Amino acid sequence: MKSLGNVRRSFTPWADGAARPYIAFENVTKRFGDFTAVDDLTMHVYEREFFSLLGPSGCGKTTLLRMLAGFEEPTSGDILLDGQSLKGVPPHQRPVNMMFQSYALFPHLTVADNIAFGLKQEGMERGAVAERVDQMLKLVKLEQFARRKPHQLSGGQRQRVALARSVAKRPKLLLLDEPLGALDKKLREETQFELMDLQEQLGLTFMIVTHDQEEAMTMSDRIAVMDAGIVVQTGTPGEIYEAPNTRYVADFIGNVNMFEGRVTAIDDGLAEMETGDGFGIRAVAQPGVSAGQHAWFAIRPEKVDVTRRKPDQDQNAVEGEVWDIAYLGGLTVFNVRLDSGTIVKATVLNSERAVEDPIGYEERVWLSFDPDCGILLER
Amino acid sequence: MNLFRRLTILIPYLWLLVLFLLPFLIVFRISLSEPVLAMPPYAPQFDLGEGWAAFRDALSQLSFANYVWLTEDALYRNAYFSSLRIALVSTFLTLLIGFPLAYGMARASEGLRPILLMLVILPFWTSFLIRVYAWIGILKPEGLLNQFLMSLGLIGEPLTILNTNTAVYIGIVYSYLPFMVLPIYATLEKMDYSLIEAAQDLGCTAIGAFWKVTARLAVPGVLAGCLLVFIPAVGEFVIPDLLGGSETLMIGKTLWTEFFNNRDWPVASAVAIILLILLVVPIVLFQNAQARAQETGS
Repeated sequence: MKSLGNVRRSFTPWADGAARPYIAFENVTKRFGDFTAVDDLTMHVYEREFFSLLGPSGCGKTTLLRMLAGFEEPTSGDILLDGQSLKGVPPHQRPVNMMFQSYALFPHLTVADNIAFGLKQEGMERGAVAERVDQMLKLVKLEQFARRKPHQLSGGQRQRVALARSVAKRPKLLLLDEPLGALDKKLREETQFELMDLQEQLGLTFMIVTHDQEEAMTMSDRIAVMDAGIVVQTGTPGEIYEAPNTRYVADFIGNVNMFEGRVTAIDDGLAEMETGDGFGIRAVAQPGVSAGQHAWFAIRPEKVDVTRRKPDQDQNAVEGEVWDIAYLGGLTVFNVRLDSGTIVKATVLNSERAVEDPIGYEERVWLSFDPDCGILLER
Repeated sequence: MNLFRRLTILIPYLWLLVLFLLPFLIVFRISLSEPVLAMPPYAPQFDLGEGWAAFRDALSQLSFANYVWLTEDALYRNAYFSSLRIALVSTFLTLLIGFPLAYGMARASEGLRPILLMLVILPFWTSFLIRVYAWIGILKPEGLLNQFLMSLGLIGEPLTILNTNTAVYIGIVYSYLPFMVLPIYATLEKMDYSLIEAAQDLGCTAIGAFWKVTARLAVPGVLAGCLLVFIPAVGEFVIPDLLGGSETLMIGKTLWTEFFNNRDWPVASAVAIILLILLVVPIVLFQNAQARAQETGS
């Protein structure tokens, strides 16, 4: 059976109709004055899920997180946590902890005291606090920094302290607001895998806010792509990447080539489309696409073949001139300029070290693809 | 190190030497002399023209008699204690009013903050003396405050506020409030509000988060504000002179009387030196607090 992308583990509670959601946003709206940050949003997240809210700044993703933590109350609608409404429950009574984007480490307390803060607040006895703090320090590999103050730590170390502090109380749900935003690229990539391990190890539900699509793709079980207060699409990374439901999602996640045109016929899920770029497309269509309507065809660069010879097909093939070549080591990216002026991106995997007579600049080439390599979108 | 760098370091030292250390030494030397009816009104005088022996003779006439006198006369002791008490109480009152003000300013919207800051600084545009005089108009028996309270029917006859310690407290709190508000505002304003949210997230109530985080992080500002109010309040002269009455005993006023009424420069100088020594303690505390605040790097 064909599947869209790899699933991280055999864990798909969202596909099980009987599973009870752990977090349920039911018709939640949040307004700040005239501005609607979250607009009639309904969304379910399941226990032990690693769930990402992805979107540009101002799309409402942080507001969603803050409503879960209790720092904002929904204007209307309700949020249920494990079946219980959170309406009117103050932040300190919610079984939820948050890792802040700024880390929000208490500057006057040592690393150990920062981690112990929530435990002492809970009234945990001294010995147990010390034990838990040691455990947490070990978990984030900061044992020798226990007595330091936050300003004596590097950015990456501070991030770990914030993480240790937020999981010290063993919350069932951890909210992470751009947790890796302040780290450099290399550290960010390492930390992504550490976060995933930590989530598995502790058996927590993670809800993470990010604007970095690569980060969301790497870590999440599911991603909700948001735009202007609504969730545009929810799905596994594979679904989001391979079957985006709108141009917005296709464009937000990864690179994409887009062709605009009119659908001429629909036949068994395959649509025929005449593009403005002078060639015909025959491709998988989104459900609901009908003949005669305006549509967009989205295809990822790695699914476009580049050849010198005209391929043996009338549709899904177009000629153009190599405009730019970017050699990235593992991949080569071709920017091909069609005769209509559209630039199409195609990436080719460099599976061999040496190539005889490689395609060069200003050469005429043919671009082609299979009918199930892209998707026809309504909007 | 080149000459230019040496010179730039020299300038502040020269400044301190000429404008602080030298005057201090002169005052100290006068405090060791005896009052005489002459010009200048103290003896002995040093005249290097009369030779080394005369200088040694003059030097031997210096004594700590004035300091002994200060400890013997209860008036001075009472004046010091009373000044310290009035300064302490008014510092506390200023903190009580100043902290909520600073907190409110720091939590106001970003657009509003410069306006509020301006309102705090605005009184400085008028002379200090005029502002204290204005309080006479407000507090006197037929003044604005009494007229207002009587027109409301809250009191039948005017309250006696002017020329009491209460008026002195009002005057000090009013005059020094900006010195309390500004440093506290500075520490609260740069505080990351997500710290409060983090404390609440970790189980603190709103009030708990205030004490454990906001109040704790405001300590350097509170200390700075308290010392900026306390130190000048101890030696305050104008406010007790204009608003205080016969019961108000403050060292600044005592010093003025010694100097101008009794023309006893040596005793006045001794009073000033002891005041300085008393204030060195809080100043050192203040400097330590500043150094610590810088160390936390917040």
